[in-house]
Amino acid sequence: MKLLDVWHKLRGASGFDGGVVLDMHKQTAASPIVDCPLPSVLIHPLKQHIGASCKSLVHVGDTVLRGQKIGKSQGYISAPVHAGTSGRVVRIEEHTVPHPSGLGMPCIFIEADGEDRAVAVGPKLHHWSMEEPAVLRERVRLAGITGLGGAGFPTYVKLLKDQRSPIHTVIINGIECEPWLTHDHRMLCEQSDTMVQGLMLLLHMVGAKRGVIAIEDNKPDAIAAMQEAIEAWYAASEHQKALKLSVQALPTRYPQGSEKQLIQAITGHEVPAGKLPMHIGVLCQNVGSTYAIYQAVTHGHALTERVITVSGDALPKPANMRVRLGTPMRFVFAQCGLEVFDDIQIIHGGPMMGERLKNAEAPVVKATTGLLAMQRDVLLAEHQVEEPCIRCGHCSDVCPVRLVPNLMADFSRQGDFEKAEEYQLFDCIECGCCSNVCPSHIPLVHYFRYGKGQLAQIRKEKSFAEASRQRSEQRAGRMEQEKSEKAARRSRVRAQAKPAVTEDKDA
Amino acid sequence: MMIHISPPHQHGGDSIRATMLSVMIALLPATLCAVWLFGWLAVWQIMTCMGVCMLGEWVALRMMARPSRLSDGSAALTGLLLALTLPALVPWWMTVCGSLFAIILGKQLYGGLGYNPFNPALSARVILLISFPLAMTSWLLPAATMPAAVDLYDVTTTLTLFFGGVESLGLTLDGMTAATPLGYIKTDAMQGIAVAASLQAHDYSYFNAFVGNEGGSLGETSALALLIGGILMLARGTIRWHIPVTYIATVAVLAAIFHAVDADRFAPPLFHVLAGGLLLCAFFMATDPVSSPMTVQGHIVFGIGCGLLTWVIRTWGGYPEGAMFAVLLMNCTVPLIDQYCRPRVYGHR
Amino acid sequence: MESIIYAVLALGGLALLAGITLAIATRVFHVEGNPIADQVDALLPQTQCGQCGYPGCRPYADAVAGDEAEVNHCVPGGERTMLAIAELMGVEPKEVEEEATQPMVAFVREDECIGCTLCIKACPVDAIIGAPKHYHTVIADHCTGCNLCLEPCPVDCIDMLIKPELLEHWSWPLPNTQRAQQGRERRSQHEAA
Repeated sequence: MKLLDVWHKLRGASGFDGGVVLDMHKQTAASPIVDCPLPSVLIHPLKQHIGASCKSLVHVGDTVLRGQKIGKSQGYISAPVHAGTSGRVVRIEEHTVPHPSGLGMPCIFIEADGEDRAVAVGPKLHHWSMEEPAVLRERVRLAGITGLGGAGFPTYVKLLKDQRSPIHTVIINGIECEPWLTHDHRMLCEQSDTMVQGLMLLLHMVGAKRGVIAIEDNKPDAIAAMQEAIEAWYAASEHQKALKLSVQALPTRYPQGSEKQLIQAITGHEVPAGKLPMHIGVLCQNVGSTYAIYQAVTHGHALTERVITVSGDALPKPANMRVRLGTPMRFVFAQCGLEVFDDIQIIHGGPMMGERLKNAEAPVVKATTGLLAMQRDVLLAEHQVEEPCIRCGHCSDVCPVRLVPNLMADFSRQGDFEKAEEYQLFDCIECGCCSNVCPSHIPLVHYFRYGKGQLAQIRKEKSFAEASRQRSEQRAGRMEQEKSEKAARRSRVRAQAKPAVTEDKDA
Repeated sequence: MMIHISPPHQHGGDSIRATMLSVMIALLPATLCAVWLFGWLAVWQIMTCMGVCMLGEWVALRMMARPSRLSDGSAALTGLLLALTLPALVPWWMTVCGSLFAIILGKQLYGGLGYNPFNPALSARVILLISFPLAMTSWLLPAATMPAAVDLYDVTTTLTLFFGGVESLGLTLDGMTAATPLGYIKTDAMQGIAVAASLQAHDYSYFNAFVGNEGGSLGETSALALLIGGILMLARGTIRWHIPVTYIATVAVLAAIFHAVDADRFAPPLFHVLAGGLLLCAFFMATDPVSSPMTVQGHIVFGIGCGLLTWVIRTWGGYPEGAMFAVLLMNCTVPLIDQYCRPRVYGHR
Repeated sequence: MESIIYAVLALGGLALLAGITLAIATRVFHVEGNPIADQVDALLPQTQCGQCGYPGCRPYADAVAGDEAEVNHCVPGGERTMLAIAELMGVEPKEVEEEATQPMVAFVREDECIGCTLCIKACPVDAIIGAPKHYHTVIADHCTGCNLCLEPCPVDCIDMLIKPELLEHWSWPLPNTQRAQQGRERRSQHEAA
């Protein structure tokens, strides 16, 4: 096994296996972040993260302030939802959300009053280095921060300080390997000082000594800006030389920004299957999340806005925008000069992992990294023909997880899901490299999602059937018992019948 | 109903047609070399093979009521590959039979593109070799060393040769054919002649073997042309280096070891590498994606297996050349190799 | 002659050896109970709906295991269950007679309920709760959609509703490519044949 690892190291130039070089289309790389105006109505879905859904805390007609908690988290892995602006709750009803199914979920509609009065989730903590990490983490939880890289995992869960696996390295993920997207790039350029402060804050929270800011080498300006900021910080604070901060430029190769692949590239270690990065002493945070954490701690801001890239080949005026969460996509696109959506396909996120949306009615949520407006005919044409697999093996060449995608897709198509699982279907990160290089245009990722969904469904049905069977058996047992008790009672009554009757008569 | 389409929404632009085209372009040097060596005869063979293969594919798909796949070029490529493995003097009907066999029995009956366990061109060639051993081992002399009576660069002469055979020109095979180097060292070895002496007796030169000026199938003689094609494919990423390199290296290493032990009985490594169909098989046959393993580990096992079998068949087998048998035999093992040569999944031990 | 005797002895000896091995194996690996019925039961959806003509899933499983019933009677299980049972029993698949309906869930219109407890008694999986003279209600997460509570209700206050399609429960369908659809069609043809 060791020899194999050395082999993999030799082969993977940038430290992780496989991967592809994509057309990057980073048209907005030089566009400064602009503020998107406030729409008249904000739509807040009650679940914008991985984990349990939130419960509404407000009723129709209530007035709320910006940053006020309106959705209460219902589980450990969950994140509360906050109002995006001050105003009145006008509706609480099902509304379409950015999800590939096109289905809706309960959303809170807030009509903005235009005053945008805000409330903080806690006092300002400018001297956070004096505070206990637990206090800071609680602040992150209250602020409703989730990973802003797209997956939406509640951030405070990742910040737990576990004695068994102390964190030694904090990585700020400024890779942004998805084509078209440039918001993290702009954040690194424009907020480089805040990024260093945020990294310091994270180091303090988890007690780590090494901080790495990872940036792909196609963003030289961001690398320069961050290096400058780190040097300035070293110059300013003589006493904190114990902390090691650095900028690491990595080759431009998708999916460099995937958490597990990035950790492999920087530390050389793989996150063991079924474990989290913290188990090998690494914390990885997205650029946007780091900024949000810093704002939450120092200013008490809840997560009510984020920076996204609005771009695409059908968009007249692409831009990087700071958007209030809950802003309808139609409104955002209108700011970029797009009003009519005929023959235009909206993609929520980047082209490699983002989802196609049915329409522009869904709101911007915490997990929105970008909004792309693409020419529909170009996109659809590529997926209509699926040709037979010629077993060229390109898919397993580019797979960063080292799977054998074409076999897994075959098994899924044939309905042999157990076999697909045996080939580690659930280790697939759905990065899309395999589909991207497939000469037969097989929608491999789609087959994996189908297989995963079917497996989950089968499991659910199995456990439901098992529970039903148990209940049915318990009921049968109970009825049996009742019957025998009844019979016993009857015979007892019969045995005592005569004396009982005479007693009655006597009385 | 809503149609759900999963990401990614961006495609790298590769296609089956591009892959096939790239292989065909890589075969261009070898094809040109064949034309240089065997004149118009090579052209007729190649055109017949490609034409019949495409026709066979069209008819077969038509009969199975499946959409036509002619435009992806896989049938044309099979035809080209088959032609390059045939001796120049094979009569036309044999070529037609071989081409039909390659497409219909070798490919379509297994389910068409992507489902054939054996390389169609190679399996057709082996069937021809077994069915018509004499014709398939009569190697026409290259045009340069041909007796003056036969002009391979003349259209009419070659057409007569192709359709009527040697007899129609009033000639005999003996005057126009020569054994391949692998062939004559084998026959000589049976008479107890040492390898070096045998090579010397036949005026063997490494230079001729390298550029291809010796007896052999249409496209297999020129190591130079095949190397150019192979490097082209490697550079374009059409194939990976593992199969050809391990294949050729295994043959070379085995030959070197045995040559060092007994130079009289075993041919030197460079001779083995340049001789026969090894380079053609290593770069174009063993790397056929459909009938080779998928993972890198599998490729290495496959390449070593091919090399081992090739050398063993050449040295101890009944046939002088073993490359195509080796590849076909290894094709059988591909499902097994794929089963066991899976890479270690990220995060698993 | 001698060689024939040797051959007979050798083969006879081998046969005897194999016989003894098998006899020991049956003893050592002996399994109690009727594992086939258990296995069939494990494949059934446990709705306990009785649409197969047996009073519940277990009785049907016993009947299938005892070769008394066909493999295609389970309506809610649909084709997938039928195929799984057919494979387990080693018999030819048969077409499922009735199309399985969408997953349903019972719902008691509480203002009409008279609290008679008849539906509670009818429910095979204890998914209805309530007390005499009080509203009853269905625990939607436990309801198997078997319809058995409809019949006993004297005031017809129970509705069968289609289970709402929730975003959390949505899963990806097969790709819409020709090849994927062809594969699906071919499979169903193969199974029907």
